[in-house]
Formats: sequence, structure tokens, C-alpha cells
Amino acid sequence: MTQDLTYTRGFTPQNFEHFLTKRAEPEWLVGQRVAAWRVFERLPLPSPQQEDWRRTDLRLFKWNAFSLPEREAEVSLESLSAEGSEFVDPAMPLLDHVLLRQDGSLAGEVLFCGDRTLKHTLSDRWERRGVHFQPLDQAIGSRGAPSLIEKYFADALVDFSRDKFSALAAAAWATGVFLYVPRNVRVEEPFYAASVMLPGSSDLTRSLIILEENSEATLVVETASSPVVKVGPGGLHCGLTEVRVGPGARLRLVTLQNWDQNVWHFAQQRAQVAEQASLQWTVGALGARLAKVDQHVLLTGPDAQAEVNGVMFAEARQHLAYHTRQHHQVGHTKSDLLYKAALQDQSHLVWRGMIRVDQDAQKTDAYQRNDNLILSDHARVDSIPGLEIRAHDVRCTHGATTGRVDDEQVFYAATRGLTPNEAVQVVVLGFFQQVLDRITIDSVREALSAAITRRIRRCL
Amino acid sequence: MSDVLRIEDLHVSVGGKLILRGVSLEIRRGEIHALMGPNGSGKSTLGMAIMGHPAYEVTEGRIELNGQDILSMDPHERARAGLFMAFQRPVAIPGVKMVDFLRHAATNIRRPDRKEGEELLPLREFRKELRAKMEQLRIDPEFARRYVNDGFSGGEMKRAEILQMAILRPKFAILDETDSGLDVDAVRLASQSIAEIGRREIGLLIITHHERLLEYNRPDFTHVMLGGRIVESGGPELAERLHREGYDSIRASYPEAAAYGDSLVKSAS
Repeated sequence: MTQDLTYTRGFTPQNFEHFLTKRAEPEWLVGQRVAAWRVFERLPLPSPQQEDWRRTDLRLFKWNAFSLPEREAEVSLESLSAEGSEFVDPAMPLLDHVLLRQDGSLAGEVLFCGDRTLKHTLSDRWERRGVHFQPLDQAIGSRGAPSLIEKYFADALVDFSRDKFSALAAAAWATGVFLYVPRNVRVEEPFYAASVMLPGSSDLTRSLIILEENSEATLVVETASSPVVKVGPGGLHCGLTEVRVGPGARLRLVTLQNWDQNVWHFAQQRAQVAEQASLQWTVGALGARLAKVDQHVLLTGPDAQAEVNGVMFAEARQHLAYHTRQHHQVGHTKSDLLYKAALQDQSHLVWRGMIRVDQDAQKTDAYQRNDNLILSDHARVDSIPGLEIRAHDVRCTHGATTGRVDDEQVFYAATRGLTPNEAVQVVVLGFFQQVLDRITIDSVREALSAAITRRIRRCL
Repeated sequence: MSDVLRIEDLHVSVGGKLILRGVSLEIRRGEIHALMGPNGSGKSTLGMAIMGHPAYEVTEGRIELNGQDILSMDPHERARAGLFMAFQRPVAIPGVKMVDFLRHAATNIRRPDRKEGEELLPLREFRKELRAKMEQLRIDPEFARRYVNDGFSGGEMKRAEILQMAILRPKFAILDETDSGLDVDAVRLASQSIAEIGRREIGLLIITHHERLLEYNRPDFTHVMLGGRIVESGGPELAERLHREGYDSIRASYPEAAAYGDSLVKSAS
């Protein structure tokens, strides 16, 4: 029952103390959390004077609307969908809001609600071969892989002190996705993780995805809000995601956020791609009241390659700010980024991309592109590509376009019997096709195009 | 009784400028009408007005399909009622495959009462039908997977328009300079294709400067437009004469219309 989910308002030292006591975690981790908490306390809210935050207005964000979650009640799928529950419409199962839930056979599945695990499976076949796939908080325990986590946390890719939200996530993360695929293990079926947030709660997560040498995996991660009316108390998500693709390994990663439109979403995501490894990373950005996501890909070994696909749709008063960085640290590496976004109503979208090529990274091949389609007079886009190139023998190209649905396209389609609505839908889906075509997981491609179709309203 | 498209005293303005100044025309299904005339005489405007382009404002006159007023209909309703136009400059829709676009279009036109979101024609059968039509029109099957008019050559675009007409099987079709920008062989192919698709099934209004498109589509009627009016109508021999002699004698016979057309061309350039 939701009454059992007691929250204390605010992020006070006492609450944090209480949080630590309840969790009873190993000392090394507690030490890290405490250090991050100090950073959290020290840092101010990001200010509009900072270049990264110039276009993202935090004035309406109030810390005291949220608090550290306590860990008392047991929550199950049934109890969340139970009748009489304060937040959940019993007619709508909790998972109706997730888009990508896979039908076929899965290597493993993890479903969270806030910091609680609702479901956790991992097929025996892969467990026997040393694969770990579980909530990160459980992976710290004896039935997980605490030494692995300790090792990677000691040398983290994410930067706790980047901003106050990162520090908070590092200090007080409650759970997250942990995937570990050992050397030479090639997992054919996808892993699926979904996290559903309750209204009014703080969802602080940390995820760690490790593919060792010559391994292979597909991971689909989705975050959503529980079914509630749009005028709920909102929610706060701060997340840190760290991805390491080892030498010769191949990872297909999908991260989709479909939060409710009153959720504050702050994420720092870092992926490192080693020599001869490849990463295909597809980002879906549909939800949140305000999203500020830093997505960095680091290419650290020769012949590493990364393909980054972004599918964004903003509406109402959503503000979605995605900052991407393709960092070529060594030569003979390749990155290819394509973000496509459509906007309607009074939404605001920021895409700020950077290709960074270090001095010794000769023969880098980097591509970066952002296309936006505006469906209303009141929507706004800031699309800012950037290059920072220290090497001289490279091929780096970038481009950005912002356009509207052309009335002549709509008329042409109408002369073939399509209604104006259908015509706009067809044109908008056509606009996204180029990026959808790059997504090699059928179910993800279909779910994204269906989600976009559902959202398009006629705004000519 | 066969279907009739009747245009009566049609006046059309674009951007406040009067382009059509009283056009009347009656086409029966199965007939071929050639509409000829110099640039700026208003031929394409007539096509756009029939299809309902929002920038083409009808200030006077009527268009009726089997007695039903079509001016009050939206463009997609007109299409579903059986009107079609092969565009002079077809519009590209990047990312949308021909097969998907045409399947959607064919569903709406064959089921005029279909609501948004209702099912489309079964994909397999539609693909089969499309493939057969493409074969008949000697179009590369690869075409179905290409994006609508995106990166098409001039000839490909025009053939794609004819293919659309073949699939949508309208009652009446306007072919707006389907020969422009094509070489001799391509025009002959287009002309043959139109004949295969259209003859006796569709009422055709063929807008053209040249005779060649009419090679396989001998018009039952020829109309000459000048300065926003149809100044002369006749049989196939009129098309032949215009092709031979050009528009000089027509212009000389209708100096006011010629001057009006010239003034529009001048103010546009």
C-alpha cells in the first residue's frame, strides 16, 4: 500500500545518515557515498552563467519538493496495481506506460519501481557462463559481484562533481542496472530493464554496463512514470550511467526515457569503447518536464567505433536538453551521431553536440548531425554543433537543420486521399525514418515509431 | 449514365491576382481533353483549383462532380471522390517509401469512409498489385522501396505519377505537363502508359505544350487557353494545328486575352 511509502521532505544530513544506516553497505561504498554527499552539499544549483546550463531554466526546480527515499515498504506489482491505491489507476496496469517491453525470449529482465525490484530474471544459460544482470544494489551483496563493482567504481568514468545532480546520484543512488558479460561470451537475446517512477518520488540511480573482451550483448533500458494523471506531484530523477565496451566487444544499447511530463530528469551518461569494439547506442527522449542529459562517448582504442542515434519528440511545455560528446582519444576511430527531433506546442529543445579529437588521434572519422522538425509556431530549438580538433589528419563533418512540415507536402498527400492529420503523420515519420532505419532492433524501431505517431497532432 | 466533371464560369485568384477569368468545361469519364496554351495562360491554375490547393481561391463559378459541388470539399475528400492530378512538379516526401505511401492512399480512396487509424489494405496483396502495375508500366520494382519523389530524375517522377494514377484509378485525372523535361523516348513511354491506364476508364484532362504526349492519347476535344479563358475548343485537329502553327494566330484573334496573359507573366517575373 502506498501509505507505507513514507517520505521525509528534503535532503538533510540526517536523512542521508538514515539512508546509509538502512542500507548497511560495505565500507568502501559508504566512503564514496559520503564523499559525494559532501560535493552535493558544497555545490550550488547550476547557474545560467554556466555555458552548459545557459538554455536550461531551473528556476522552478525546488529541492524541498523531493527527498531521499526511505526503504521500508515492500512493493510488488500486485500492490501497485491494487485497488484503492492512491496513485495508480487500477484499470491501468503499472507497465502500460513502458513502450519497449520485449515479447520474444530474453536473456534477462529487471523491473524496478523506484528503488524496489519488482521482477528479476536471468536465464540459467547465461548465469552459468558468468553473466551478471541484476539491480546494482543487489549486485553489491554477496550474491552479486561486489569486487567487480568496487573495481569499476574506483576508476569511474562518470564525474560526481560535474554538477549537483550528479553528486546527489553518486551519494544516494538507490538502485540501477548492472550488466556484466565476461570475455568471449556472446549473448544473443536482449536484456531488458524497465524502471517505473512513482509520483512525487526521487529516483536516484546508478548503472554499470560492462562488456569484457570479445563479448556481445544487447541491452534495452527504459524509464517511465507510473500511470497517473499529468498533474501529479512530479518526480525527480538523477542518474549516472557508465558503459564499458571492452576490446573487440559489441554492444547494442537502447536507453529510452518516457517519464511523465512533470518529472525533472538529470542524467550523466558515459560510454567507453576500446580497440576494435563497437557500440550502437540509441537514445529515445520522449518524456520529462525538463531533461538535461549529458551523453558522452569515448573512443579509447584503434578501430573503435560508435554509432549514436537519437530520437526525440517534445510537446506541451517540455524542455529537453541533450548534450552529446564524441571524444576521439586515439587515432583510427570512428563515430557517427544522428539526432532527430520533432517539436510541437510550446516545447523547447536543446541539442548541443561536440566532436573532440585529441592531438594524437590522427585518421579519426567523425560525423555529427542534428535535424529538427518544428510542428508549431511556439516551439523552439537551439541546435548547436561543435568541433574541437587537435589532430590535423582527420575527417570530421557536422551539420544541423531545422525545418517545418511543408504545406506543399501536406497538399500533395491530400490529393492522394490522406487527411491533413495523416499527411502530417506521414511526413513526420518520414523525417524520422533515416534514424529509425539505423536501429537494428525491430521491436525498438516499431515502438518508437508508434510512440511518435501517437503524439503527433495536427499543427500547421 | 457516365460520370461527369463540370466546370462552370470558374474564376480563380492566387495571391489576390485573378488568373482564371471564367472557365467552363465539361468532361465525361472516358473522354480525353487536351488543354493547350502558352505559359501563363492559367492551365496549371485550373488543375490546382480543381484539386483544391488552399492558395488558389475560387471567387466565382462552380465545379461539380456528377452534380455534387466539390468546391466545399477538402482536397482529400476530392481525391476520395475520384479526382486525381499528376503534378508538373511532384513533391518529395523523404523517408516515406512509395509502397507505404501508395498503400495508405489506395486504402483511403477505395474506402472513402475510412477513419484515421483504421486498417490499411493487406500489405501482401497490395505489394502484389503494385508489382504487377509496375511491370505493366515497365518500372523497376526497386522503385517501390524508394522514398516518394525523393532524388527522382524528371522522368522517374512523371512515371511515378502515372503509376499512382494506375493504382488509385480515379474517375478523372489532370495530367499537368507530364511531358515536360522528358526526352523523346520518355515522352513516348509516358504516352503509352497513360493510354494503357486511362483509355475509356478515366476522364483525362491532358495539359501539354506538345503533341507527342497525345500520340497514343488522341484527344476527343482540344481546348486553347489564353489569358485565363478557354478561347477556342475543337477536335483533335485543333491540337495538331496548334502544334504546327504555334499560338500566333490565336493570340492575334484574341488580343485582349493575349495581353492579359502577358501582363500576368510579366508581373510574375
